[in-house]
Amino acid sequence: MIEIKKLYKSFGDKTVLNNINAVFETGKTNLTIGRSGSGKTVLMKTMVGLECIDSGQVLFDGKDMVTMSKKERHSLRESIGMVFQNGALFDSMSVADNVRFPLRMFTNMTNGEMDKRVDFCLDRVNLGNVHTFTTSELSGGMRKRVAIARAIVTNPKYLFCDEPNSGLDPQTSILIDNLIKEITEEYNITTIVNTHDMNSVMGIGEHIIFIHQGNLWWEGTRNEITNTTNQELNDFMFNNELTKLLKASVLEKAVK
Amino acid sequence: MKIFSEIGSYLILLKNVFHIPENPRLYRKKVIFEMRVLCLDSLPIIAVISIFVGAAIVIQLAANLSNPIYPRWITGYSSREGIMLEFAPTMINLVLAGKIGSHIASEIGTMRITEQIDALDVMGVNSASYLILPKIIACVLFSPVVIVVSIFLALMGGWLAGTLTGVISSYDFLDGLQLDYTNKSLIISLVKGLVYSFIISSIPAYRGYTVSGGALEVGRSSTKAVVESCITLIIANLVITNLLI
Repeated sequence: MIEIKKLYKSFGDKTVLNNINAVFETGKTNLTIGRSGSGKTVLMKTMVGLECIDSGQVLFDGKDMVTMSKKERHSLRESIGMVFQNGALFDSMSVADNVRFPLRMFTNMTNGEMDKRVDFCLDRVNLGNVHTFTTSELSGGMRKRVAIARAIVTNPKYLFCDEPNSGLDPQTSILIDNLIKEITEEYNITTIVNTHDMNSVMGIGEHIIFIHQGNLWWEGTRNEITNTTNQELNDFMFNNELTKLLKASVLEKAVK
Repeated sequence: MKIFSEIGSYLILLKNVFHIPENPRLYRKKVIFEMRVLCLDSLPIIAVISIFVGAAIVIQLAANLSNPIYPRWITGYSSREGIMLEFAPTMINLVLAGKIGSHIASEIGTMRITEQIDALDVMGVNSASYLILPKIIACVLFSPVVIVVSIFLALMGGWLAGTLTGVISSYDFLDGLQLDYTNKSLIISLVKGLVYSFIISSIPAYRGYTVSGGALEVGRSSTKAVVESCITLIIANLVITNLLI
């Protein structure tokens, strides 16, 4: 479980995160939603320690990441997997080497054991035939799946995904979403996903927080989100032509 | 004031770079890889520059020192000292600052803007050490090879050019080369090479590591890295020359 308490973060005079309090439970797919520039990525980066916070606490199973020792933080980071927006795969390595990298760095596994684990993880993301590919030979969806394989190769306790389906077609997005949800349940990990894709929200959002202008504006589940009266959240969810049309057609049917 | 803040950030980065590696075996492999990419691949350009500049130095010196009041060995002697003390360590490292410096700055800078460095940090890898230390070690370890090859080829080029164009006889040139030779010049040259190779690998690495923005910023930081490396190298050259001569 990850808990954030009274989290503040600013860049110069601009406050990016303002008194954020949230709990992300284990075994659940936790979603952070919000417009571009609302502070989702900064929130995620502060949680994994890539950005320093101004004040507040980030508790991983009760231990505050900010105050823990260097050694403790190091071992905590080994239990974190992260999928970046564009995959952040290492260009100089093949797909298999990308996935193998954390094992080579932090474990004493033999080459055979590492190969087995890499095969397993790549099979798990349905990419059993791209071991020798370079990262430039992969499509956007494949890059994201390799990034997921790399994130789970060390059996992490916490999985962070920053807009894992941005730039992907709707079908591939659903595939990535389902994969994240399956992995979360299968390994009982705490997963946090940043997204502004409403398909993801309705598909996998078990616990959702809505960030608006650096503030936590709304918190709930996917069943609650459709009935919310929160104006900002409604604007965020329904402010596109397709949902406007659908909403109008639903209302029309209801009137009839 | 900004320059002091930059120097401070550079020193803090170096502190993180010189850190006990998480997996020394992996670092060893990276050092060998970087030696090939950064250093071995630079040997052809070093060879071409050394031969032709060495030839030009000898022809120029022979022409300038053609007055009979100068001893005939002076051309060979002056060429040797000039090439060993200045050309091989300073000029060649200035050239390498362009080639290696831009390579390092753009490689690390691209990794920074594509979040690959963030990925390393999240995994718990000391990204500064993992990315920069092998490059510095590779450049510093390979530096003596670069210097010796450059001196040899520059003198060979000078000898060939001098004798083929007839500006100096082979005997006079070789006589001058051997005159009063001690290892001091070679040692100074190697010391200079070690310092300069550290400069031309660490400054671009700092520029690449601290870049933020997009492709444009990577290009800018790469240019900045080369310019700053060259200026630092020239200043270091003056200091070392004063200290060691």
